[in-house]
Amino acid sequence: MNAVPRPLLRAGDLSKRYSVGRSIFPAQRRTVHAVDKVSLDIWPGETLGIVGESGCGKSTLGRCLVRLTEISSGSLEFEGRDISDASQRQLRPLRRQMQMVFQDPSASLNPRRRVGDLLADPFRIHERLSASEMADRVADLLRRVDLSPQHASRYPHEFSGGQRQRIGIARALALRPRLIVADEPVSALDVSIQAQIVNLLADLREEFNLTYVFIAHDLSVVRQISSRVAVMYLGSIVESGPTDEVFAAPRHHYTAALRSAVPIPSIDRARRGRLVLKGDLPGPMNPPSGCRFHTRCPAATSLCRSERPLLQSIGDGRLVACHHPAGG
Amino acid sequence: MSADAPLLVVKDLTVSFRSDEGLVRAVGGVSFAVEQREIIGVVGESGSGKSQTLLAIMGLIDSPNAIVSGSIRFMGQELIGLSRRALDAIRGRQIAMIFQDPMSALTPVHTIGNQIGEQVRAHEKVSAKAARARAVQLLDAVGIANPDRVVDSYPHQLSGGMRQRAVIAMALSCNPALLVADEPTTALDVTVQAQILELIGRLRDQFGSAVILVTHDLGVVAEVADRVLVMYGGRFVEEGGKSSVFRAPLHPYTWGLFGSIPPMEGPRPARLAAIPGIPPSLSNLPKGCAFGPRCAFRHDACLVQLPIMQGESHRAACVLPEATRRQFAVQKAGGVEMQR
Repeated sequence: MNAVPRPLLRAGDLSKRYSVGRSIFPAQRRTVHAVDKVSLDIWPGETLGIVGESGCGKSTLGRCLVRLTEISSGSLEFEGRDISDASQRQLRPLRRQMQMVFQDPSASLNPRRRVGDLLADPFRIHERLSASEMADRVADLLRRVDLSPQHASRYPHEFSGGQRQRIGIARALALRPRLIVADEPVSALDVSIQAQIVNLLADLREEFNLTYVFIAHDLSVVRQISSRVAVMYLGSIVESGPTDEVFAAPRHHYTAALRSAVPIPSIDRARRGRLVLKGDLPGPMNPPSGCRFHTRCPAATSLCRSERPLLQSIGDGRLVACHHPAGG
Repeated sequence: MSADAPLLVVKDLTVSFRSDEGLVRAVGGVSFAVEQREIIGVVGESGSGKSQTLLAIMGLIDSPNAIVSGSIRFMGQELIGLSRRALDAIRGRQIAMIFQDPMSALTPVHTIGNQIGEQVRAHEKVSAKAARARAVQLLDAVGIANPDRVVDSYPHQLSGGMRQRAVIAMALSCNPALLVADEPTTALDVTVQAQILELIGRLRDQFGSAVILVTHDLGVVAEVADRVLVMYGGRFVEEGGKSSVFRAPLHPYTWGLFGSIPPMEGPRPARLAAIPGIPPSLSNLPKGCAFGPRCAFRHDACLVQLPIMQGESHRAACVLPEATRRQFAVQKAGGVEMQR
């Protein structure tokens, strides 16, 4: 163990670019910056929530963090070791440490294989176990996610959406990873089931000392589970900090708008005035100049149109990328 | 019809489907009324029967295996059993519907203007030019910037929020007395959802339409509805004015729904008061109360006896004595976590 705390995962100026349009002339190709120079540290034991609207790059960022998607530029370190250009072979031992949970568990579970076989895969790939040891481990996994060992002989379609997500979580847990990146793990589920899965993820975090990156568009779910939160807009982080502080007193105008747009199931609060953003999210193909939020920002000035604000510390672990931060 | 008669009266509506697993009862005898200019929020999870109730009202259940019974009276006229032709005179004109996915109501090969114009001309005798002008007007009314340009756009050129606005514009083209909306904002981003909810609230004021809004999101209901209906297992379990239901919900399922939603303000609970178990299968509903097997307050009686809706303006279908439930409801409203 190191005396100096060091992040479990550190991304520096991480970018993911896609070129769009087929042409042999490079000049006619266009580039989409799905993730644009994102820097973040993920500390052991924390849950970092990443929020943003569709197309903001949060899912791409999540996939880049576990190297499921190739990184275009920037650095990525796992426990101090640069893994940004590690080969798939070099990554293999790391795969045990970093796992991912997806939004649609059915898409990640082969419908023709029994759940027991699906859950045994990680052991087959990474560990040499006898058949009976494997069966024990699978039964144990199923119990950890509140399913029964008998479920191992069933096929994915025999389960409800919530149960399938439990299977997805069980599979991610199989090799006792340090980090789990969960991309919208509850957004396809009904409200009552959502709460069960959020509780389960919190229990497992305690039990296995897990670190989560929790990506979701639902602010209330992110607020519930995250210790720290990062807000993304058009490929960049615009604000980050401790969850309670960011939600209680957002400093970026986008965070404020996002927060105020969430319908709250209470009549006393619903009456309160709200900040409704004008217009739609600009396309990532033609992001606005300067601050990318200036086209919809109530506080935009000419400075915002010309100069892009950097993500800067404002103390107390909070960072904001805004020329005119709110409430300060 | 007198001016204050309810716009829509649904009585004992049942929707069943014949299937390999036997009769699947999607809607099990629901009764409710919609007053003129009223916004009703119907809350329920998947499989609760909320969408099938809407489709039945629209006469859109045409599967040969479907059995729809009961009564749906719209402005005094019975809709069940009406010929397709007679229904077409009502659908789109007096009752309009919007869906979760706006693309299900738009064709990709025509411009927005053509599609709205076609809708206008299907119900009114006007020239193509007048229909187009009307389309521009409607797009403007639903808050689309540059309606002159958007009217000549194809759906794929618009964002999700703009498409949903266009569909709402189309739904409004004939000044419907009733707008039926099935999860209209679920596919949209939260900042866009806020815009659409604001628009739905404005519709009643500007167009005088009543709205039935089906959603899984209690927050959306709190935002726009006047009255709330909570559905579970194909039946209503609670019904009441919005403030009454949100201040003192009376049904254990409604408590569970509230407990499942993480708060946006104040302290975060260590664990959410989730509802255990999963919703019942409609082909194999439990005896007695459909929520019984998941209910923390279950009695033996719940597993045998089907509870009926009881109460005056705020009603619930639960066998527990109302006084007991009121006690819990007050606790719930006071922020005390539900007992398990």
